[in-house]
Amino acid sequence: MTGPDSFRSLFFEEAEDLLGTLSDEVARLKGGDRDSEIVHSIFRAVHSIKGGAGAFALDRLVGFAHRFETVLDAVRSDQLPLTAELLRIVERSVDHLSVLVEAARNDRDTDTTLTDAAVAVLNGCLDAIGQDKAPADVLQPEAAPAFTFTPLALNLDPIEVEPTRTVTIRFRPYPGLYDNGHEPTLLIAHLAELGTLQTELDLSALPDWSSPDITEPAFAWVIRMATNAKREAIEEIFEFVAGLCDLSIEEEHDIPAMPDLPSPSPMSQDESTPATAPFVMTETTPASATDGLGPRPTLRVDLDRIERLFNAVGELIINQSMIAQRVDDLQMHHDTDMSSHVESYRLLARDIQEAVMAIRAQPVKPLFQRMSRIVREAAEGTGKQAQLVMLGESTEVDKTVVERLADPLTHMVRNSVDHGLESPERRLAAGKDPVGTIWLSAAHRSGSVIITIRDDGAGLDREKVLRVAVTKGLVPAGTELSEAEIDNLIFQPGFSTASATSLLSGRGVGLDVVRTAVQALGGRVNITSRPGKGTEFTITLPLTLAVLDGMLISVGGTSMIVPIAAVLETIRPLPGDVEQIGPDERLLSIRGRYVPIIDLAETLGFPRAEADDPAMLLLLVETEARGTCALLVDRVHDQRQVVIKGLEGNYGQVTGVSAATVLGDGQIALILDPDGIAAQSHPIPSQTSGQRVAALP
Amino acid sequence: MRITVLAIDDSRTMRSMVRRAMDAAGFVCEVAEDGVEGVRRFEELRPDVVITDINMPRMDGFGVIETIRQDAANRSVPILVLTTETAPEFKARAQTAGATGWIVKPFDDQSLVMVVRRVTGSLR
Amino acid sequence: MMEPQNMQDPASPSGEIELVVFCSGEQSFSLDIRHVREIRGQSAVTPLPHAPEEVLGVMNLRGAVIPVFDLSSCFGLGPTVPDQRNVIMIAMNDARTIGLLVQSVSEIVSIPHSSIQDAPTVVGGPGQSHISGLVQLAEGMSRVIDLPDLIQRRIPVPA
Repeated sequence: MTGPDSFRSLFFEEAEDLLGTLSDEVARLKGGDRDSEIVHSIFRAVHSIKGGAGAFALDRLVGFAHRFETVLDAVRSDQLPLTAELLRIVERSVDHLSVLVEAARNDRDTDTTLTDAAVAVLNGCLDAIGQDKAPADVLQPEAAPAFTFTPLALNLDPIEVEPTRTVTIRFRPYPGLYDNGHEPTLLIAHLAELGTLQTELDLSALPDWSSPDITEPAFAWVIRMATNAKREAIEEIFEFVAGLCDLSIEEEHDIPAMPDLPSPSPMSQDESTPATAPFVMTETTPASATDGLGPRPTLRVDLDRIERLFNAVGELIINQSMIAQRVDDLQMHHDTDMSSHVESYRLLARDIQEAVMAIRAQPVKPLFQRMSRIVREAAEGTGKQAQLVMLGESTEVDKTVVERLADPLTHMVRNSVDHGLESPERRLAAGKDPVGTIWLSAAHRSGSVIITIRDDGAGLDREKVLRVAVTKGLVPAGTELSEAEIDNLIFQPGFSTASATSLLSGRGVGLDVVRTAVQALGGRVNITSRPGKGTEFTITLPLTLAVLDGMLISVGGTSMIVPIAAVLETIRPLPGDVEQIGPDERLLSIRGRYVPIIDLAETLGFPRAEADDPAMLLLLVETEARGTCALLVDRVHDQRQVVIKGLEGNYGQVTGVSAATVLGDGQIALILDPDGIAAQSHPIPSQTSGQRVAALP
Repeated sequence: MRITVLAIDDSRTMRSMVRRAMDAAGFVCEVAEDGVEGVRRFEELRPDVVITDINMPRMDGFGVIETIRQDAANRSVPILVLTTETAPEFKARAQTAGATGWIVKPFDDQSLVMVVRRVTGSLR
Repeated sequence: MMEPQNMQDPASPSGEIELVVFCSGEQSFSLDIRHVREIRGQSAVTPLPHAPEEVLGVMNLRGAVIPVFDLSSCFGLGPTVPDQRNVIMIAMNDARTIGLLVQSVSEIVSIPHSSIQDAPTVVGGPGQSHISGLVQLAEGMSRVIDLPDLIQRRIPVPA
């Protein structure tokens, strides 16, 4: 992580935190808390965002933050009373600030008229007290120069830019260094590229001229260097001589607030790692440490390093299952010692995996907080009244999941206000509170993350949904559908809710996009609706994107993985349990229900394996498209954890396949997507159906 | 004076790739197809730097390094190992044999050239 | 990674271009060596559902999943006949890495860039578009593959 881009992303990370703080503090004000520290905290957060934005020439953001800051400054100096009206302006301004941050992050343009309007509102406040719109920097003598906008993060992070400082390098080569073709003067010349050097030759260790061991080189150097290079860059120069010299790199920072770096230890012969770990322990002190728990020590680590660790752990898990498999194959039943070692290895590997996953885990809180703005905007745009209630915001989810959930969640929350909640008049008429409520909750449940978006609106109008679906040709007229099937129609591509041509619908797309996005994360989305009571969307996501619990099966001679999460049970039906419906479809009768049988080999276009075992083997899976389905497979081997490898990078998406994994023998196995398969197999206009029927048991 | 590079690799593709990178940097690049030929070419050419593969027929890269380093006069010649290995033990082993540095495959031309410049002192 | 450096610029210091020459469907093809990452023997390939004929499946390249194409099929010359000499060329363009199954690799030649002639447009056939030029070698005419074009046309959904 180097170069300006990394600073930029660091800024946006920081801005995200600050917006979270703003959201918290505004909520406290709204709750009636008038602690003067709150306004100070809000001011500082806005100021920090402004400073950072300035460093990246995000002018519009700077301009707006500047005006906002000026108003806040007037509030904290008691020039402006914090009325309910002003509080609402502050809240809106925070919203607008996050819009601008988001736009800047995505290099998108925003509607200037909105910003102009927001600025005008702020100016109005200042006009009221007759304050001119002087630059806040005048009011703020400590105004930050570029790159000090995150005083606790950026400056302290040595893997990022370093201030110019003096670095003292002590370098004493061993004889072996010369024997390996190294030349100390070259290393020093290379160092000179990173800064200004002051080199001292240390002859103290020079042997007596009369010593017989005169060939032993004994020069050492003390190099003082004024540089702003990263420590890593300096260490890199000495990479090849690690172990061939004594080396110490000491840094003296000019910034007094700098905490002590771990003191560097000389690189000794057995050390090939850098003398000091390139990160710094620091304490995050959020602008408002109001939770009373005090700051917790945290560690900022380059994401690439975590990524590397993550991948290595993935390989470790593969390796572990490989070894377990081999040991199993050897049938060392009697060697209980070996078995217990293998078992300890498995448990250890899982522990490491969980610990590593925890590193990437992030609370959903910032994501949820963004939704309160969405609710406000959507309510304003549709003339509705809405409040957002958040539950389980501290639930932690993989970083990538949090990031990739933002868009679908935004869409669903907007959808809930736009289409779920009724107008205040209709709510009153129905005997409800005119203010609708949206509940947003997150929780962990048996290896998954469950996120729900619930509203207390009118519920789905199933008649209307069905009518729209028929009009759009999504289902033939006269089709008998269950309530759940009707509800799920709204996820169909092409089912647009455009009949409500609200201001908001223009921004979004159909809910099918939500479903696709959630599925791309290996998750599912479900809907339940009760007329007059409301609608609930449930998103079920895997805890991590990297590892999946799967069932190893084979179809047409090819090994594949089915996600365990989708599998209900495996069944060997009796011949009487299978019914032929028409030429193409077979149904499995199970506990009084009929579920469609999907021939996996045929659906995937693979040859059916020779049926040496004539009994059918079925996997009952839960799908969005067709409810419960039975997948016809050749064999079920075992359950195992697999490391997910994407196909998209080098190839593209394949229907029915969500990703791939590498098996213990190095072969690739595809990870099936039961949903895609169910959707693909319905209906089944198969030309080979005749043969298939003939092959029926 | 132009820097002469000796690239020892049994893979034709790898030899071509190294040569292309060296050519582009303005270095003279000679090649050898295995360790034994590599040592012979070394004696002939007296190159400024050697880049060697490890797994090769007849004599492996460690053998090449050790053979070259046997002569005290050759100890100042930088020898770089071109490898897919990243393990610290591997690097330690290469270093014990007398390697100056290593380049991990797959490499990009720029970093290969940079490492060569770094060990030969032909800085820009 | 072995990023082909500026493929538009044929002028290496000598104005030469190095080509890997190989045989596929009994015809001679060549590929700019800057695209070639490595050449491997036949490896285990996992088939993909409903893949077109020329997509053999995916293989494991040091932990990465890469698609493998049958070059002969890409040019409408029918599937490659299994043979001891078959190899998979690992080729790369931009960030994409693919495997190309070819009948056999013949040699690496270095030729002046100017000796590559434009492919005549009259030649039809399904593979025509993946050819960037023709080159006359000692053994006869060889077709120079336009790898970016091949990847772009053969990969279904851009990631």
